[in-house]
Amino acid sequence: MSFISLLWVLLLGSLLGLELIGKVPPTLHTPLMSGANAISGITMLAALTLIVKAEGNVPLLIIGSVSLGFALFNVVGGFFVTDRMLAMFSRKPSNKK
Amino acid sequence: MNLPVIIKFVIDLLAVLLLALGIKGLSKVKSARDANRLAAFAMSLSVVGLLSYYLGTSGIAIQSWIWIIIGSIIGSLLGAILAKKVPMTSMPETVALFNGCGGMSSLLVALGVAIFPFSNSVENLDFFKSLINEVSISVSIFVGAITFTGSIVAMAKLQGWLSTPGWTQSKVRHFVNIVFAVASLIAFFDLINGNTSSIWLLVIVSSLLGIGVTLPIGGADMPVVISLLNSYSGIAAAAAGFVVDSQLLIVAGAMVGAAGLILTQVMCKGMNRSLVSVLFGGSLSAQSTSSSGSGEYTNITSCSVEECALTLEAANKVIIVPGYGLAVAQAQHTLREVTKKLEQNGIEVVYAIHPVAGRMPGHMNVLLAEADVPYEQLKEMDVVNPDFPATDVVLVLGANDVVNPQAKNDSSSPLYGMPVLDVQEARTVFVIKRGMSAGYSGIKNDLFDLPNTSMVFGDAKKVLNDLIGELKDLGVGEK
Repeated sequence: MSFISLLWVLLLGSLLGLELIGKVPPTLHTPLMSGANAISGITMLAALTLIVKAEGNVPLLIIGSVSLGFALFNVVGGFFVTDRMLAMFSRKPSNKK
Repeated sequence: MNLPVIIKFVIDLLAVLLLALGIKGLSKVKSARDANRLAAFAMSLSVVGLLSYYLGTSGIAIQSWIWIIIGSIIGSLLGAILAKKVPMTSMPETVALFNGCGGMSSLLVALGVAIFPFSNSVENLDFFKSLINEVSISVSIFVGAITFTGSIVAMAKLQGWLSTPGWTQSKVRHFVNIVFAVASLIAFFDLINGNTSSIWLLVIVSSLLGIGVTLPIGGADMPVVISLLNSYSGIAAAAAGFVVDSQLLIVAGAMVGAAGLILTQVMCKGMNRSLVSVLFGGSLSAQSTSSSGSGEYTNITSCSVEECALTLEAANKVIIVPGYGLAVAQAQHTLREVTKKLEQNGIEVVYAIHPVAGRMPGHMNVLLAEADVPYEQLKEMDVVNPDFPATDVVLVLGANDVVNPQAKNDSSSPLYGMPVLDVQEARTVFVIKRGMSAGYSGIKNDLFDLPNTSMVFGDAKKVLNDLIGELKDLGVGEK
């Protein structure tokens, strides 16, 4: 992948993000934030790459593993907590008499 | 192109598509929960894609598997436990913590690549490529470190472990932060010049910069900081994507970064402050040098819970204005009991939500949702403001600056221009408050002096509990 095409990817990704969010109702500010936050843990892929390419280099394996742990803490925790919040929102209409 | 490459390409494409749909869905109430799961699925799909690619090409050594499993299990387990256990009232600090860990992960990846360049790729790098490599490593470390330390400081402040030190409100902090910023820049150029050891300098000073920038910001400005840090964690992920050459990371990181920026913008608008003034202006109280900022209260009316109950009973329409104080007192369930009683008596109850009420975007919505308040009853500021003149009773619970009429009337006030809830237009306003201490901004609230405002002193939870008792005695909600 050339650097220039990666820059294009960056640009289009940013525009996509701006376009997708648009107007968010305030009720969803927190879930959107924590959901997006979980997605930022995508760095787990970079950590995995590091571990796979470490070729037995133990310090690198450890750094990769710690990085993977941090990322997955972010991802798993973020998605779970978002789901918990959204579960509270979605049970509302059925509760209304 | 061989098969593993094609498979990975297709899976990555699918993952990006699902992630985009997930983020899109998260901005609509109906689809939000499914969207969140879709995004989670897309993330696991991307892991499968990456692992299958390496299995199909270079293979994955046993040793690598061991470290993958160790890291995944510990990280996922801790994350899942925290997510399940944490009470809804401490959601802002939880989000900050998760966010910081994402930043830390990007930092570590870049650090790993910088100290131990991949042996198979390092020789065939030309000058231009290695320059890009160094730049992306530096950016990843810089943003990752700021995200990490900034989020941890924000979390500590939200938890109450850390208060705002006095020196951070003086001009000294600008000097300190400029020193850190310049030092980061020096480390950055040194690194590009091939001096690998300066990477540690970069790690240290950018960490310090994250602390220095976040430490002076507190209280009411927290929603801006939290959403900005959220945006940073996306940028850090995108930078890490440049380091390991992954389009998926870049796209996902850029989307998160953009989403965080939008939210930051919404928060700034809610306070009528620019991002620059939040980041560099310090707290509002430091700016309030004008006489209107402080000043004595001259016309405080305080009243008993009983009087409050009597007025509520006679009302037709009641608006509740919740603030951070409600979260601190953990009184959301008690509040819900009170409003249930009122509703059973045919009294119309709505909640007026200021965009920056609480300590993170949407804080009050989450808090009230936990207490089973139907979200149809939560009204945005612009929607609810015209309703105040036709409202009998307003109950202000733990909110202060967002109901200060100074923001509208007093051009010398530091709050001037901030959109506020026009509670003073209602017939009667009850402010439930511990004492006469000023709000977060330290600015006198003119609302308390108005003739139609009565103060009910006490802890929010206790006052609400007493209120339930009084309402019971009056026979409200006993049908």
